[in-house]
Amino acid sequence: MNLRPDLAAIAAQVAPGSRVLDIGCGDGALMLALRDKDCDVRGIEIDGACVERCVARGLSVVQGDADRDLGDYPDASFDYAVLSQTLQTAARPDRMLEQLLRVGTRAFVSFPNFAHWRTRAALMFGGRMPVTRALPVTWYETANIHHLTVADFRDLARAKGARIEGEWFFSGERPIGGAGANLRAEFAVFELA
Amino acid sequence: MSFEPQSLTLPDPLPLDGGGTLAEARIAYETYGELAPDRSNAILLCHALTGDQYVASNHPLTGKPGWWERMVGPGKPIDTDRYHVICANVIGSCLGSTGPASIASDGAPYAMRFPVITVRDMVRGLVGLLDALGIERLHAVVGGSMGGMQALSLAANWPDRAERVLVIASTSRHSAQNIAFHELGRQAIMADPNWRQGDYYGADTPDNGLAVARMAAHITYLSEDGLTAKFGRNLQDRPEKSFGFDADFQVESYLRYQGSGFTRRFDANSYLYITRAMDYFDLAEEHGGSLAQAFAGGPARFCLVSFDSDWLYPTAESRHIVHALNAAGAPVSFVELSAPFGHDSFLLDVPALDRVVKGFVE
Repeated sequence: MNLRPDLAAIAAQVAPGSRVLDIGCGDGALMLALRDKDCDVRGIEIDGACVERCVARGLSVVQGDADRDLGDYPDASFDYAVLSQTLQTAARPDRMLEQLLRVGTRAFVSFPNFAHWRTRAALMFGGRMPVTRALPVTWYETANIHHLTVADFRDLARAKGARIEGEWFFSGERPIGGAGANLRAEFAVFELA
Repeated sequence: MSFEPQSLTLPDPLPLDGGGTLAEARIAYETYGELAPDRSNAILLCHALTGDQYVASNHPLTGKPGWWERMVGPGKPIDTDRYHVICANVIGSCLGSTGPASIASDGAPYAMRFPVITVRDMVRGLVGLLDALGIERLHAVVGGSMGGMQALSLAANWPDRAERVLVIASTSRHSAQNIAFHELGRQAIMADPNWRQGDYYGADTPDNGLAVARMAAHITYLSEDGLTAKFGRNLQDRPEKSFGFDADFQVESYLRYQGSGFTRRFDANSYLYITRAMDYFDLAEEHGGSLAQAFAGGPARFCLVSFDSDWLYPTAESRHIVHALNAAGAPVSFVELSAPFGHDSFLLDVPALDRVVKGFVE
């Protein structure tokens, strides 16, 4: 199975047998990987066609809007809450992060880094909202309404009193080190507690 | 009725929520597919208000195909080559299970002497059937509409009896609007002079009242878009309006046909009793006011499906159940499917439903 690199990083960290909530689970790729590790994994997904595929694969996925439905879950009902490539689409990312840390003992968050050099260059030299390989959709069509950077995320985590337990950075499919991540990383994954 | 449905008589009197018991309750049922030697492959299908046990075989009175043949059969989403499917007529109904038309111990039909029953009473009857058939644990319980209420009731009250619970186009409680439409139907039946306080067996039956009840209910099973697409303002077999009260419009003709056809296969008193049971249904109320409490600690996996055009049991009702299941920590899937047919979508050609049912049941 060819798991997206941010999802593979998360799957590698989750302890076998954990209870996991995958928010924005898409077609269930991470959920399937975690099910193979005997995890009790649940999903939330807004797209009905994706939910249908997940259910057909025997996964427990609820069609819903993470902005609204995370409040349904009791405190600390999961060992891990996973938010992959979704924070930047939230109406209020700060509140979503609060919910994430409430329902999960630990949380994984992955997002595209808006401070990557390609994005910076596109804005600086093009003077228009960047359309890059990491952010391929025009400003008027994109679901990403709250772009953020690695530095922004660190600030938000600190403001919410969350401890950063791990961090992984990617340029395309390739993992890169943490040095200069805010400039060099196209995607970031953080583990919070 | 001139057919002999397969049935069994429950050995013990059936306790009822309204107090008292129903003695010698008969449960008529059909089965499809082989029961595995370890009895692990049984699926209980629960029928809707006016449904019956003939889920995948011809109806004995109308000769029409089973009500869910598109879903149940060899190679179908609920595959009878793999699963042993059981579908029983609920108590209070009229296709062979004990109901108001059945003969009471004094040799006369119960009529309105039949006790008022609840959805949980119906399910108690189904559990009695499973006990009699020696089926301890179901692979799945599946139901749409009132069948979904039974599936929820089974999961809440007999949590160890089903491994999977699939609830389609249903609700955990009847809303004021749901009750209002049922009351309209009941009043239509009781206003029919042939109803005679329910004592019409062997005489003229209250067909006009029952037909009006069915027509009103049938509207709630459809959607405005569906009706518009199917009928619009088209006239029925005539070039122009008649300036009278015949069925000028196709939609009128269709409803009249639905109403009169229904009276040939359904008992008016059963309609009163079953709609009452549905109106009384409030799963949270049965469990101390908390729906989450109703599902606390059960081992089953749940799947809920709603349809975007269903205004009888709209998506919000399914979400309400999902919310409670999440709070109870139960594994639950939920999807709102897009289909134009209103509440009846669960019975009609919606390929996405086939995929969800197949995926969840397997």
